[in-house]
Amino acid sequence: MIRMRSIRKVYSTGRVEVEALRGVDLDIGGNEYVAIVGPSGSGKSTLMNILGCLDTPSSGEYVLSGETVGGLDRNRLAEIRNKRIGFVFQNFNLLPYASALENVELPLLFAGVPTKERHERAAAMLERVDLQDRMDHKATELSGGEMQRVAIARALVNRPAMILADEPTGNLDSTSGKGIVGLFDELHASGQTIVMITHDAAVARVASRVVQIRDGEIVEDQRAA
Amino acid sequence: MLTRAEIALVWRLFQHDASRNRKRIALTVLAIAWGTLSIVLLLSFGEGLKLAFHRGKSGMGEGIGILWPGSTTRAYMGLASGRTLAFTDEDADILKGRIPSIASVSREYSKYCSLTAGTKLVNARTRGVDPSFGELRNIIPRTGGRFVDDLDLDAKRRVVVLGDSLATDLFGDVDPVGKTVRIDQSSFLVIGVMQTKVMMGMYSGPDKNQATIPASTFKSMFTGQKVQNFIYRPVSMEVADEAKAEIYRVLAGKYHFDPDDTRALSVWDTREDQRIVGNIALGIQVFLGIIGALTLFVGGMGVANIMYAVVKERTREIGVKMALGAKMRQVMAPFLLEALMMTVVGGVLGTLAALALMGVIAVLPLKGEAFDFLGRPTFSPAIAAATAMVLGTIGMLAGYFPARRAASVNPAVSLRYE
Repeated sequence: MIRMRSIRKVYSTGRVEVEALRGVDLDIGGNEYVAIVGPSGSGKSTLMNILGCLDTPSSGEYVLSGETVGGLDRNRLAEIRNKRIGFVFQNFNLLPYASALENVELPLLFAGVPTKERHERAAAMLERVDLQDRMDHKATELSGGEMQRVAIARALVNRPAMILADEPTGNLDSTSGKGIVGLFDELHASGQTIVMITHDAAVARVASRVVQIRDGEIVEDQRAA
Repeated sequence: MLTRAEIALVWRLFQHDASRNRKRIALTVLAIAWGTLSIVLLLSFGEGLKLAFHRGKSGMGEGIGILWPGSTTRAYMGLASGRTLAFTDEDADILKGRIPSIASVSREYSKYCSLTAGTKLVNARTRGVDPSFGELRNIIPRTGGRFVDDLDLDAKRRVVVLGDSLATDLFGDVDPVGKTVRIDQSSFLVIGVMQTKVMMGMYSGPDKNQATIPASTFKSMFTGQKVQNFIYRPVSMEVADEAKAEIYRVLAGKYHFDPDDTRALSVWDTREDQRIVGNIALGIQVFLGIIGALTLFVGGMGVANIMYAVVKERTREIGVKMALGAKMRQVMAPFLLEALMMTVVGGVLGTLAALALMGVIAVLPLKGEAFDFLGRPTFSPAIAAATAMVLGTIGMLAGYFPARRAASVNPAVSLRYE
């Protein structure tokens, strides 16, 4: 489902050029649960940006669900993010003035899904993450764990090929964090492909595959038995 | 372009921002309102001026030509150059009868006379004219009076129509109609007083200071007087040039001058002036409009400024929306819409304030020649349309550039933006 070949990413800040990724090869199949781990500055955020089509590689080939992503324009990339990728962020990134339901509806809104279907699908997703009682609450009225559940519902609502989670438990207390990890497990069990970026070894352990990255290169790729 | 849900979201976003930046937004809306107020007032003032100009330029008569005899500058058919021409009564009939493009003609004799009413004595220009003169030269009697008619002319009646100012000089506040006035010792019955009017162009002085009597009466009183000039009006504006050329041709035949000798006759074609005056009025209005638009532009900069700040504040949110798959237009639209919303709110407030102010001006008892000339600010649909257009343009521009900035946000970077 994901095929990356010799992906390089070079940032140039003024005169200095920083090579964040130095030729990454990575294949991820359907229904895999991959944790990408590495210390800060290792290039894992850059890798996540490229995986999530938020950024384009300086060179190399990236094929997502059979589509070569390099060289697409911004609108086309937006469409791919909308349809294929569900983001879950460390700091949730919900719209504070909108209700839980509206936040979940957002990707459908951008996709142009009609109102009735949008409501139904968003509500169903919130039910799936056990937030059916919180639909009309504003994002600011929810707890951290609840906010992250809303974010996960939002990531799932457009039936993406892959959930891309960036330190999803980083801002949560351990109880809420466990709940979120459990939710990911459940999703994986029901067939969802998940890629999670984390530096937390305990979180990484639940994944079926752990990819270690250091200095812009993959140094270890381990599948759980 | 936007679904209802998207617009609803933008509206909520606006409310959200408005509650946080209440003072800043209020000031910006005020700036737009102020700009709108000035553009509406200036344009309305220009419109009033234009209407006053229009009244003024038609004060002497609309679409008329005035024809004076001149002197030849070329020898022609054995006659030396430098010969001074003089018109006769029959020329009026010749002009009307032989030139189909001329609709009506009036003679105008003219002489300074002493007018007395009771103990008042005024020296005023007195002119002998045909009945069509009143309509041609826009001399409309006040209610209760009338202009010189055909019977007056045929019977050489001693009747007079007074200019409004002359009437006041002679009779004060008393209505002169039916009273007697002496013109050079002959008694005349006052049959009308001219309605007050504004004149922007004139010859031989303003109409308000003149007395008008039948041409036949004038001739019998002042023998030896020549026709000073003719007033004529072409059938339509389109044939005015043709009428003028015909006048030269016909009179050249009669008075034996070269039809190309333009100095032999002198013609004032008021059409030309009316066009110029119309252009001046339009020019003034455009000028005032530009000043108003510039004021509004400053308000627009305020809106753009706020929107830039909002884009900065919302960088992360823009990034989130992009990550969730918002396309360029979906990122830009809220900023455009918000800028337009502020502009529209300010515009409506400003227009209402301007209309209220004009309402006050309208009931103020302003009198005097200056006000007759300047007119009063007048609102019109055209002004509303122009203002809406300028407001819309400024609102779009004020939203567009910040929106473009928003759309250029790099989602990867902005998601880490604090």
